[in-house]
Amino acid sequence: MSKRIYITGIGIISSIGNNVPEVLSSLKDCKSGIGEITLFPTLHKGLLPMAEVKLSHNQLTALAEKERAEHYTRTTLLGMVAAKEALRSAGIDHVNDRRTGLLSATTVGGMDRSEVFYQEFVQNPDKGRLRDIVNHDCGDSTERIATELGVRHLVSTISTACSSSANTIMFGADLIRFGKADRMIVGGTDSVTRFTLNGFNTLMILDKRGCHPFDEHRAGLTLGEAAAYLVLESEDIVEKEGKQPLAELTGYGNANDAYHQTASSLDGTGAFLAMSKALKMSNLKSSDIDYINVHGTGTENNDLSEGVALERIFDPVPLFSSTKSYTGHTLGAAGAVEAVIAILSIQNRMIFPNLLWSTPMKELKIKPVTEILTDQNIRHVLSNSFGFGGNNSTVILSKLT
Amino acid sequence: MTAFINGIGLISPQHTADPGVFLPDIVEYTTDFLQAIDPKYKEFINPIAARRMSRLIKMGITSAKMALSDAGCQMPDAIITGTGLGSVEDTEKILSGMNAGEQLMNPTPFIQSTYNTISSQIAITLKCHNYNSTYVHRSFSFESALQDALIQFEEHIAEYALVGGIDEMTSNHLQITRRAGHWKMQPVNNLQLLTDKTPGALAGEGAAYFLLGDRHASSTYATLNDVKTLYNLNKATDQEGAINTFLADNDLTTDQLDAVILGYNGDVLFDEIYDRLGSGIFQQKQQLWYKHLCGEYYTSTGFALWLAANVLKHQLIPAAIKLNNHPSRQLQHILIYNQYRNTNHSLFLLSR
Repeated sequence: MSKRIYITGIGIISSIGNNVPEVLSSLKDCKSGIGEITLFPTLHKGLLPMAEVKLSHNQLTALAEKERAEHYTRTTLLGMVAAKEALRSAGIDHVNDRRTGLLSATTVGGMDRSEVFYQEFVQNPDKGRLRDIVNHDCGDSTERIATELGVRHLVSTISTACSSSANTIMFGADLIRFGKADRMIVGGTDSVTRFTLNGFNTLMILDKRGCHPFDEHRAGLTLGEAAAYLVLESEDIVEKEGKQPLAELTGYGNANDAYHQTASSLDGTGAFLAMSKALKMSNLKSSDIDYINVHGTGTENNDLSEGVALERIFDPVPLFSSTKSYTGHTLGAAGAVEAVIAILSIQNRMIFPNLLWSTPMKELKIKPVTEILTDQNIRHVLSNSFGFGGNNSTVILSKLT
Repeated sequence: MTAFINGIGLISPQHTADPGVFLPDIVEYTTDFLQAIDPKYKEFINPIAARRMSRLIKMGITSAKMALSDAGCQMPDAIITGTGLGSVEDTEKILSGMNAGEQLMNPTPFIQSTYNTISSQIAITLKCHNYNSTYVHRSFSFESALQDALIQFEEHIAEYALVGGIDEMTSNHLQITRRAGHWKMQPVNNLQLLTDKTPGALAGEGAAYFLLGDRHASSTYATLNDVKTLYNLNKATDQEGAINTFLADNDLTTDQLDAVILGYNGDVLFDEIYDRLGSGIFQQKQQLWYKHLCGEYYTSTGFALWLAANVLKHQLIPAAIKLNNHPSRQLQHILIYNQYRNTNHSLFLLSR
């Protein structure tokens, strides 16, 4: 890269913790956040598990330091909590002392409220509270988070399904590298909704037991909710301010599988291309990668396609795991959630395992890390995020040198 | 980084689908919202595939193919879409299905409701494995997509980028957003949109894809020099300052602009922002507008960019888009300024 990009702050809220220390503690304790559905009424309660943030709407509003809970969507509140933690972690008090932008990803936006609105609206088009629908679109949560942080310089939202927040990391870094911003807050937020649950259920890819990625008997993914943000800053600022960054973003790649709207190609073309581009940009050899946080949703199709692509690129395939067995699949937030976990791996010299794994996949020679590994010198982590529509992205996070 | 607009496909409420002609006639409507004129989709999409596609997806693929064919390009190096709402029709189908009891729901609407479906379907249709992304931020959606494309050029990742802005209106969505005060309460004549000075805009829809290149081609319309988004400008003076800074960043002043395209939408509450500029820094400028032709929607600047590119190419300003009469000897530089509810402000600079 022409200009180095550092990560100087991280923030996260997910089913395994409401902040970075809580998430780290659950990761170390191998404690999954997957459990029963409690947040909304649904036929699927008790039949399908989910990874919820363990806070009611009112509790979440309080954690986000807001009042009048009814004016906020869950997606917005989750985002506010994680984005504020990221800024604090980067030691930024005045967001506008430099050209600071916010790029946020989401796949559901304000759907947790719009689906409530719509129940009344379909009965009678004059019914339904407008405050439940005005936050529907994806830009709404981003603008509310930006306003909360005081960000004005540059604000936008990306939605490329399950790779959304990985793409915010990429575009955020590009904006800094090409002089359009000095620092970028990047990441994503998605709450669980009845809409998403039923949508994924129509595709019959939700595992009744909870996901167990890269297992021969895997039966689908488990939906989760989360928000996670990273603060990206240029080399110049880090040097000027004498900051101690958490990690360096050394490479990234975006490619499209161009195969099927909801299925990945059998030879993992998109995954192969995204990883290859990221490796090329970072000037790293495949053998330099010490750990891969795989996309690993637990669907039959993803894990096979991703596994084939891994075996095509790496020989041998480095240590890898899917932390979705902890957090569930947090969709638009997943790329940023897993980037935060990658940084925690580097910092704590640990590899967090696949939980609930038992049997190797018969098509592959590889198997994931299934017990926590400590004292690992992790120099470079490759993190994959693949989405519906073949939107595949890879980022590489590196230990400071 | 300057990009060349080498091909355009526009599906809109006007006759814009034929790249050979530039607004030959103006379609007049008296309506609740301006609906895009559907082209013959089967000329662009395999009818078997098209049968399952919702209208927005068909509009997207078709306008993208029109842009590629206009530029004579087979395979872009990047496909980037901006859409404020994605497929509203599919989203509504799922919500209705859920209300009917969460069983036996059809997967197709869910698959198509995902915001990145248009970019993805274009990639699948073209078998294009290159850079692919989707921006979904209100009236920054199309702008962010263009900014991303300009960076792909700067990074030399792309020589050709296919960039689009697309949104649709449905009767339910119109009803809901009308209740929220966004639209006129009665049907209006689109060509008289600015005369009654009432709150509410006239809603619209459209799909515009642009094939941008890093070099000039025989099909080039104009160059796109810069795109800027400004979030939450509040003070009246902020717009002027922001416009001057944007022009200065591009080594220009308002003196050198030959025309400005303004985002008037008939909503008296927000049109005063343009009035102020029109009687201020743009007073001596040829002022143009476009939303009487396409309506207001999150990605309406796609229509404005098409308009600016054609004005520069044809060196011709159709009478129907003029707000005043300050002709320039030649048309070299055009500025587009649009704002959405005084929250999302955007600027585009194009040159001949």
